[in-house]
Amino acid sequence: MEKFVELTGRAAPLRRSNVDTDQIIPAEYLKRITRHGFEDGLFVNWRQDPDFVLNRPEYQGVSILVAGSDFGIGSSREHAVWALQDFGFKVVLSSRFGDIFRGNSGKAGLLTAQVDQSVIERLWQLTEADPSAQIVVNLETQQVICADLTAPFDVDPYVRWRLMEGLDDIGITLRYADEIAQFETRRPAFLPRSH
Amino acid sequence: MAQTLAEKVWDAHVVRRAEGEPDLLYIDMHLTHEVTSPQAFDALRAAGRPVRRTDLTLATEDHNVPTVDIDKPIADPVSRAQIEALRSNTQEFGVPLYPLGSVEQGIVHVVGPQLGITQPGMTIVCGDSHTSTHGAFGALAFGIGTSEVEHVLATQTLPLRPFKTMAITVEGALPPGVGAKDLILAIIAKIGTGGGQGHVIEYRGEAIENLSMEGRMTLCNMSIEAGARAGMIAPDQVTFDYVEGRPHAPEGQQWEDAVSYWKTLATDSDATFDTEVVIDASTLSPFVTWGTNPGQGLPLSASVPSPDDATDENERVAIEQALTYMDLTPGTPLRDISVNTVFVGSCTNGRIEDLRAVAEVLNGRQVAEGIRMLVVPGSARVRLEAHAEGLDQVFLAAGAEWREAGCSMCLGMNPDTLAPGDRSASTSNRNFEGRQGPGGRTHLVSPDVAAATAVLGHLASPADLDPVQ
Ligand code: SF4
Repeated sequence: MEKFVELTGRAAPLRRSNVDTDQIIPAEYLKRITRHGFEDGLFVNWRQDPDFVLNRPEYQGVSILVAGSDFGIGSSREHAVWALQDFGFKVVLSSRFGDIFRGNSGKAGLLTAQVDQSVIERLWQLTEADPSAQIVVNLETQQVICADLTAPFDVDPYVRWRLMEGLDDIGITLRYADEIAQFETRRPAFLPRSH
Repeated sequence: MAQTLAEKVWDAHVVRRAEGEPDLLYIDMHLTHEVTSPQAFDALRAAGRPVRRTDLTLATEDHNVPTVDIDKPIADPVSRAQIEALRSNTQEFGVPLYPLGSVEQGIVHVVGPQLGITQPGMTIVCGDSHTSTHGAFGALAFGIGTSEVEHVLATQTLPLRPFKTMAITVEGALPPGVGAKDLILAIIAKIGTGGGQGHVIEYRGEAIENLSMEGRMTLCNMSIEAGARAGMIAPDQVTFDYVEGRPHAPEGQQWEDAVSYWKTLATDSDATFDTEVVIDASTLSPFVTWGTNPGQGLPLSASVPSPDDATDENERVAIEQALTYMDLTPGTPLRDISVNTVFVGSCTNGRIEDLRAVAEVLNGRQVAEGIRMLVVPGSARVRLEAHAEGLDQVFLAAGAEWREAGCSMCLGMNPDTLAPGDRSASTSNRNFEGRQGPGGRTHLVSPDVAAATAVLGHLASPADLDPVQ
C-alpha cells in the first residue's frame, strides 16, 4: 500500500447527508470481478445531472471529498471505496461515517477523516466560494488546513500508523501465526465445520 | 467483572491483545458469496497464500442468480462470469460451495441458520452487511469488506477494535398484527440511521423473548440500517430448540456441552452498556417507510411529512430530497400511496414464517389489477417447505409470481428490478434511491403489510381488508 503522510489538493463539496454505498456505486457495477476501473460507477445516478458537483468543470481533478454526515452507510461493498479511489479521491471528510465503509477505507488506503460538522460547513463555504482553494490534510499532525481554517480530525490510531507506513494488514497478522495455531487447539469441539 | 453478551463472545475469541493495537479476533465461520469475494481470491492467488481453514468457510450463490429458469445458463454474461469465478475459486482453494440448483443454495443469511451452521457464541463474518442477521442466535456476526474477506481467508482472524455496546430494551408485548419488521422500522426511525454507529446492539425485554427465531433474525438483520455493526439476542430455549437436530448442530455429549456453554452467555445482571434505549412495545403499530433511507419511516396511519417538520437545516434538505425522489406530497396519508409492485423476500423476510404470513392474508383473495407481486423464497429449502405446505398454490391462485431462491429484487443485481418510476412495497431492508432498479421507489414494509398492499393496491395492513367471503 502507498504511504500517506500529507496531501495538498482541491476539494469537492457534496452537500448531502446519509450518502449510502448504493449511491456511491450501484449494485450493477458489483458484478465485475476486477479490482480497478470503478470510476465510471461513482455516484453514477447523480452524475446524470450536468450540475452535479463532480460534473462541474471547476471541480475536475479534485482529490478530497467534503461530505455531509453519515457518509458511506449501508452495504459492505468495498467497491464504494475503490470507486472513490479510482476517480482520484484520496481523502473523504465527514462528521460521521458508516462503520464498514470506514473500515474498508482504512484497509484500501483511502483516508476517512472525521471532523466536526462546523468544519464541514466551513469547508463547503470555502470550496464553493473558491473551487481552486487548496486544502492540506496532514495525517501526522491530524489536521486539515484551508485558508484561515485549521481543524483537527479524528482517525483510528492503528489505521493512521498503517497508512503512514503503507503496511499490508495480512502480512502483519501472519507474524502471529503461532498464536493463531495455539488458539485453534483451545476451540471447543462442538463448534461447526462446513465440511 | 460483569459483562454483556457481546463482550463475553468477543473475549472468548481474542487470539492476541496488545496495548494500542486492535485485538486479533478468531473467526468461527466465514460465509462467502459471489459478489464480494472474487478480488479477495485474486489477491490470495497473487500472494501465493492458501485459505487457512476451508472447513470454517462456506460459499453460496445468491446476489446475482436468476429466480426463473435456473436450469438454463445465466443469460447476463457479466453475472455468469461472476458466478463462474466463485465456482472456480472455491474449487481451486477447496472451499465448499452450494451452487444454484443445490438444495442448500440460497441467501447466505438464510442458509447458515437453516443448516445449523449459525450457533450461539460464535464469531461469524461475511462480505455482506446483513451478516448481523446471525446475531439472533447470540452469535457476534458482522459484515466485512473485500480486503477483510481476504484477511479472513488467509488468517481466519481479523484485527478489530472492540465495538461499543447498546441495549435496546423492548418492554411489554407487541399488539396483535404488529411484528418484528414493524418493531425494527420503528427502532430505526427513533434512533436514526447513524444511531447505532460503532455499537453492537443487544435486543432484550419481554417483546424480544416472545419473538420466534425468524422474527429475531428479521430484527437483527436490520441492525445495520440503524448504523450498528451487529445485533444480538441472548440465546434461550427458543434458540436451542431451533438449532437442535439441524445438519451441523452438535449431537450427544457435544450438544450437552454446547448448551451448557450457551447458557452462560446472557448479559450479567449488573453489566452496563455504553448506550441504552427503551421502547414500549404496546405503543407500536404497522410501520412503513416513506423516504429514501430506512430511518424515514412512520406508522401506516400517519401522513407524508413536510420539510417544515424538520428540526434542522440538514434534515430539511434530506426530507426535501427524499420527497422529490419518491414523488410524494407532504400531508398525503400513507394509506393513499399506490404501488405497482410488491416484493416479498430477502434475508430480512424471506423465511418460511414470512411466507406463511403472506399466504394467510392472500388465501381466498386476489392481487389487485395492475400489480406485479413477486414472492421469492430466501433459500431452496424454504421453497421446498412452502411447497410441502401448499403455500405456492395460494400465491399462484392469488395472482402472484412464485420464484426460485435468491436476493432478487432486494438489490436488483439479477433481472428482477423496478423500472424507472415504479413504486414498490418491499419486505427487504433498504429503500435507498435506485436500490431496486434505477429510478425505482421503495417503501419498506412487513410481510403482512406487503400482502394487504398487494390486495388493495395501496399501502395497507391486513386490518384494512374485508373478510374473505
Ligand atoms: S437479500 Fe438483500 S440484503 Fe440480503 S444479502 Fe441479499 S442483497 Fe443483501
